[in-house]
Amino acid sequence: MRFEIRWHGRGGQGAVTAAMILAEAAIFEGKYAQAFPEFGAERRGAPVRAYTRVSDKPILTRAPITRPDVVVILDSSLPKELYLPGLKEGGLILVNTKKTASEFAESTGIDPGKYRIYTVDATKIALEILGVPIVNTAMVGALVKVLPIVSLENVEKAIMETFPGRLGEKNVKAVRAAYEAVAAESVVAR
Amino acid sequence: MAVTVQEAKVTWKRLPLSSNYAVAYAVKDLDVDVIAAYPITPQTTVVEKIAEFIANGELNAEMIHVESEHSALSATIAASAAGARAFTATASQGLELMHEILHIASGLRLPVVMSIATRALSAPISIWNDYSDLMNTRDTSWITLIASSAQEVYDSIVQAYRIAEDPEVMLPVMVAYDGYLMSHTYEPVLVPEDNKPILDYAPKNYNRIKLDPERPITMGTLTGPEWYYEFKYQQVVAMKKALEKARKADEEFKARFGRGYGLIETFNVEDADVVIVAYGGLYGTVIEALEPLVEKGVKVGAMRLRLWRPFPVEDVKKALGNAKLVTVIDKAISYGARIAGPVALEIMSSFYQDEAKPMIMSIIAGIGQRRITEDTIREIVDYSFKVLDRGRAPEESLYWGVRGVKYE
Repeated sequence: MRFEIRWHGRGGQGAVTAAMILAEAAIFEGKYAQAFPEFGAERRGAPVRAYTRVSDKPILTRAPITRPDVVVILDSSLPKELYLPGLKEGGLILVNTKKTASEFAESTGIDPGKYRIYTVDATKIALEILGVPIVNTAMVGALVKVLPIVSLENVEKAIMETFPGRLGEKNVKAVRAAYEAVAAESVVAR
Repeated sequence: MAVTVQEAKVTWKRLPLSSNYAVAYAVKDLDVDVIAAYPITPQTTVVEKIAEFIANGELNAEMIHVESEHSALSATIAASAAGARAFTATASQGLELMHEILHIASGLRLPVVMSIATRALSAPISIWNDYSDLMNTRDTSWITLIASSAQEVYDSIVQAYRIAEDPEVMLPVMVAYDGYLMSHTYEPVLVPEDNKPILDYAPKNYNRIKLDPERPITMGTLTGPEWYYEFKYQQVVAMKKALEKARKADEEFKARFGRGYGLIETFNVEDADVVIVAYGGLYGTVIEALEPLVEKGVKVGAMRLRLWRPFPVEDVKKALGNAKLVTVIDKAISYGARIAGPVALEIMSSFYQDEAKPMIMSIIAGIGQRRITEDTIREIVDYSFKVLDRGRAPEESLYWGVRGVKYE
């Protein structure tokens, strides 16, 4: 089984690192994984995309993901034209917003019957725990709750490898908070 | 050829690494003595990681900071001439700036190893991938391997020192891989817990002609018409020998460590009317594009070129000999040539003297990292079967996916 995840954010929010952390966690778990950015000339604030593939079998392709199973949106101000194309029917949308899944579907006009939508207020979590609105690690935490393809433990290990010391510990806290919050606050809009 | 080596007992760690980091781990495990490099996108993280290993005490090496790539390779060959195991890395304009020194490294017969995260060339400026930089080095007398995964990058750097330092070869080696598409992609790589088995496989060759104040010699002296030609012919002979040395290095690597790649790699070529040839990271995309077609009974296969110089003519001909049409995808342009794909040209020349040969079509794609997906590959396969039906391959390279050009 292969999962293809496309990350959408703005430069500075850490979408590329999020894609990498998920792949690292999957590799620590003994799975095959691949993570790479879209490789634009990244600038703070500009739309950024990154990709993660996770599979039980070796991954050979290096093409960008055009038909994702999952899109993760780090910034809800991004237009849906950037993240919706190609998303498989029944695919998962995880978005960083204060809104509930139904409110998000309504405000964006996304058909809630077509996709599984989850929301989490990752900005709030990041501001409270990290003191900066860098939501990537929180979004990884929320993702592995709604799509349990890797364990929380391996996500935490990957984070500690990426950010050793106190910064890593804080990010682990953000991961756990989002992992809990996404279940508590979100509704499957079907 | 029988390979009689004891399988080494190696404990491997499975790490998430980019191809750039895989290079750095290989350099560390090979106990390289001297590294001189200048940062250039997308190679930079190779040298950053090596610097980190040196700073942490994990690698005891001299890192020489230089002011340009021209100096980086000059310092690297100087270290190699003094007997050190030396390394550098670059890409794109950096490789172009080194061009003069590339010939000096091979002419002096120095076993330098260099990694190339391949990238398009200016102008206009592009930081993205293609193989224009690498293909410009074709005639520099460097042995050239092109890898298609981060694991193969690690393994090829290890094999590269074994080939380069062989007393019958003594030529520099480049290990190339896709800039960005591989250099910045994280994937699982097995690296050894302890580097002893790596050094047993590729022991440092200090017993070679080198600069030594106690026993002074001159290297690269002015050489007149009476002798220059013989020096160059020795490079021709060494390159010929390097082909079998590279094969043997890979076979012995496989016998020791359980992983081998050959000089070329093939997929379903025995049963294919059309064979797609690619190199670097693109091969994986080609395989995933072809798998569902082969399952449906489409007679299509693929070949990957791993050793570019010396060119493995016999291996390539054996792999492609059964095909009716060979479609070669090149990620570089030889401007002004009718067949502008360097690898396509080489494959055509391999078959030229033969009576029976496949049709060969040259396709240019992925220039400046123009996107190539599985769908792109399947479109190329469809077009290939159309060409096969017509019974005649296009006389010119096809510039696949460029704006304003359509092929019927």
